[in-house]
Amino acid sequence: MNKNLKEQVLRSSGANVLKCMRCGKCSATCPSYDEMEYHPHQFVYMVEKGDIETLMKSESLYRCLTCFACVDRCPRGVEPAKVVEAVRLAAVRQQGGNRLSPDMIPDMLDEDLPQQAIVTALRKYAK
Amino acid sequence: METFTYYPGCTLRTKAKDLDTYARISAEALGIVLAEPDDWQCCGGAYTTAKDEIATKLSAVRALNAAKELGRPLITVCSACHNVIKQTNYDISHDENMAAKVNNYLQLPEAYTGETTVYHYLEMLRDVVGFDNLKEKVTNPLTGRKIAAYYGCLLLRPAKALAMDDPENPAIMEDFIKAIGATPVIYAQRNECCGGYITLEDKAQAQKRSAAVMNSAADMGAEMIVTACPLCLYNLRKNSGSELPVYYFTELLAEALGLKEASNE
Ligand code: SF4
Ligand code: SF4
Repeated sequence: MNKNLKEQVLRSSGANVLKCMRCGKCSATCPSYDEMEYHPHQFVYMVEKGDIETLMKSESLYRCLTCFACVDRCPRGVEPAKVVEAVRLAAVRQQGGNRLSPDMIPDMLDEDLPQQAIVTALRKYAK
Repeated sequence: METFTYYPGCTLRTKAKDLDTYARISAEALGIVLAEPDDWQCCGGAYTTAKDEIATKLSAVRALNAAKELGRPLITVCSACHNVIKQTNYDISHDENMAAKVNNYLQLPEAYTGETTVYHYLEMLRDVVGFDNLKEKVTNPLTGRKIAAYYGCLLLRPAKALAMDDPENPAIMEDFIKAIGATPVIYAQRNECCGGYITLEDKAQAQKRSAAVMNSAADMGAEMIVTACPLCLYNLRKNSGSELPVYYFTELLAEALGLKEASNE
């Protein structure tokens, strides 16, 4: 395990993964559960174990909707979405790690798509 | 007459003009002044929760500080701007380290540490105008219409930062619907996500989420859905496959106040 990476992710998230009691409520309430290979409670557990590279390669990073359901419904205040965000940032900050770039946007547009969708996606998927 | 510093945000200038126009004319009729500052920048659409992200938080801090300098509360109507600005304000008030980094960067005449009060337009209706008072101003009540309020994720969560309503059992939009004379419809998916920006990454997921929301509302007898979010409106209209009409809450407000026809002439 990569100790520096674990520390960086923990610091960036601001979350205390040790408070997790593995009840799975975050994953039970996650609207992206079916689309994820690793679920919010697994993010919390794997970051605690330092198994972060596996998460950084996973498509699950790009399936989180940042809906904060897991944040408000976790009985222990772990705030799993912040853990997901910290791992996603670690991934997109790598050289060549951008999931989305501005030149890809024109092909994705339709006449009704709000700007909000584009700025949000760029914020989530690119650095 | 109460004056607010009004932050419309990028989407209300373009794809969501209805949300903005009806908000403005209704506020005027209710004796609320929405004063838009000369310059504001896009809030970024989503709050970056990461502690080591500072640059992405600056535009929200600039808007908050502009309101502070004008000595007025800040008001937004877009769910996303509201969410970003309130989360930024919460963190800068509670996280000294973040406040220090932001202020070090911005070098404002006086450090900004969360002094501005932030309202969503719905909170202004509830807490400043008052729903009872609003009801009295309604000239064209939407009697008999069954309307489902859609909160989605951005209006309510994270509750400690947004502090708008009970995140699991909210009432503000239903109380608004009652004030304009209509009947609110409660349904299970009202505070679950529509899919949001995933429409750019995975259309199928956005279709599944938005269909779940629309079907849940239709099953409970809703005739229409109201939202405060341009991206919710997009997903529910374009990705859900449902025929249920979707409107901005401000459009219904303007209609109830008898302003809608007048503004379309
Ligand atoms: S914030 Fe992400 S991980 Fe948490 S419930 Fe929402 S989609 Fe799932
Ligand atoms: S809801 Fe909280 S305590 Fe339960 S598994 Fe998820 S992070 Fe852990």
